[in-house]
Amino acid sequence: MAAELLRESFQIQGRNFDKAGEISSEIKMILKDLGIDAGCLRRAVIVAFEAEMNVAMYADRGTLTLVLTDKDISLDVRDEGPGIPDIELALQEGYSTASDEMRDMGFGFGMGLPNMKKNSDEFCLESEVGKGTRVFARIRLNSHG
Amino acid sequence: MKLAEIKDLLRCEVLAGEEDLSVDISQVVASDGMSEILAFAKSKELMITGLTNIQSIRTADIAGVSAVLYCRGKRPDKKVIEFAKQKRIPVLATEMVMFDICGILYNKGLKGVS
Repeated sequence: MAAELLRESFQIQGRNFDKAGEISSEIKMILKDLGIDAGCLRRAVIVAFEAEMNVAMYADRGTLTLVLTDKDISLDVRDEGPGIPDIELALQEGYSTASDEMRDMGFGFGMGLPNMKKNSDEFCLESEVGKGTRVFARIRLNSHG
Repeated sequence: MKLAEIKDLLRCEVLAGEEDLSVDISQVVASDGMSEILAFAKSKELMITGLTNIQSIRTADIAGVSAVLYCRGKRPDKKVIEFAKQKRIPVLATEMVMFDICGILYNKGLKGVS
């Protein structure tokens, strides 16, 4: 059984590009201060940042919960948004439903969800159309990526 | 190659991190898509982009690149430059377009990330 060292939840503001990414920056500082290995830290903050951007782009609001144990980092992101009708399709690199405005901001080129999956040792995406989406990612502390 | 040499080669203006130009650069990641930068950067690269909003510096910070170079004469606003200074990320800007920048740096021995 893994010992829980830290648990913290953050509220993500939906449809707010300017603030998007602040929580991931904070998570980076928290994990850095705790002396987490640079490779694991990098993978965790990439997942957090992509997830945060997705909430900022598509949802009304969301919550990101960070849990650190002696074995892994997990990120649980839940939003109240439009949901994803076809998860398999959404996970294909290059597939995107982004608006021109999102692309102008440098996001929405169909890389976000694949990036999150690639940087996770365990990845789960659940969604209900009209309700919201949940992303769960686990990054093992002894993994190499 | 030192960032200072890149600055001279591409006739760049230094917007942040004048004191950090001695950093060594051997690889480059270039895109206007931030997720592409996040997907390919392995840390310590030079990031070239035409995107000048706050997310460009956030992406640079998350990806762990060594410096940001804005191309095609684009300049970020003051808030973005201040944020880069706070994150200690050197920021350069050039009038050159991305294709030319990449060609010049490639000829000088710098490589892309694959």
